[in-house]
Amino acid sequence: MTRGRRLAAAVGLVLLVGGLAWTAFGLPAFGHYHHRYGAVAARESLPLRRAENAVNTTAFDYRGFDTIGEEFILFVSVVSVVVLLRELGDEADHPPHRERPGATQQHSTLTRWVGSALMGPLAVIGADVVTHGQLSPGGGFQGGIILGVAVALSFVAGQYLILRRLRAIATWMDMLDAVGAGGFVMIGIAGLISVGPFLDNVLPYGHSGLLTGGIIPLANLSVGIEVAGAVLVVLAELLDQRLLSGPA
Amino acid sequence: MNDLLALILVLVAVSGTVAVLVREPARQAIVVGILGLLLALLFFAVQAPDVALSEFVVGAGAVPLMLTLALGKLRAQRLAADQLSARHAAAEPPGTWPGSAPNPEGP
Repeated sequence: MTRGRRLAAAVGLVLLVGGLAWTAFGLPAFGHYHHRYGAVAARESLPLRRAENAVNTTAFDYRGFDTIGEEFILFVSVVSVVVLLRELGDEADHPPHRERPGATQQHSTLTRWVGSALMGPLAVIGADVVTHGQLSPGGGFQGGIILGVAVALSFVAGQYLILRRLRAIATWMDMLDAVGAGGFVMIGIAGLISVGPFLDNVLPYGHSGLLTGGIIPLANLSVGIEVAGAVLVVLAELLDQRLLSGPA
Repeated sequence: MNDLLALILVLVAVSGTVAVLVREPARQAIVVGILGLLLALLFFAVQAPDVALSEFVVGAGAVPLMLTLALGKLRAQRLAADQLSARHAAAEPPGTWPGSAPNPEGP
């Protein structure tokens, strides 16, 4: 590196660190949040939307359009993973693990037992988190990942019988991803058709319990399906492809 | 800021530093998982349970899982490449590789 470039880098570094320090001293004190938007969003979610979780109401109702954008960021990244990790022509000639017949039996008994035991409870927790998004912390994103990991545990547990059955639904995973991503847009279009604005509420807000918040539970469900599909697609791409693409 | 927050902040800083300093990818995946767990604790301690749940499922669940799976796949591919090159070394004189001979007609 020449001397001039080193000098330029030093000046840039000093400016960056100085600017960061300057802004850090301008921040409100730790734990003291003062902004009208947060206060209004938190206070009005229950009277306006009958939804108790203000964070979820903000994400799926007030800022629903942003969430659709985020959902499609995830969708596009999953598609790019599928494109990047596809089996290329020259890979098919000498696939890595097809010559090792015992590849699925390499997991220990304990791993298999723990993995199988966790699958059911995790799936229930994931469904609970997805369906109670408007009531308690969580929602479609968090619950969707738990659901995806619950199914993926069967890969880790190495249950060959379950895996063979899963291979049948493996082709559905991409579809699951797409259906979830499209579902949210459909909810938005329903608002466009029957009320006017995109993503406006078309359902009764309800009073208490599971069916409150209008479109928020539906939106959570579609995001949950999308995220679960996304996790499964990416994990399946990363896993031993032999198990999913059929015997060699 | 209370003592609990200070403790969690210190733990997050330490585990983040350790995640950078550990150079072995498989161990790094585990340390990153622990970092995700501590971050989730931190978010929970500052009363953001939604974000804590997201951080927990992504940082302590999905990311280490994907990292370990990718590492496993890399290892399997390297093993296969080694086997392949060993087979080639046995079948052909050393130094030759299919397609490596220069093209006589030129570019």
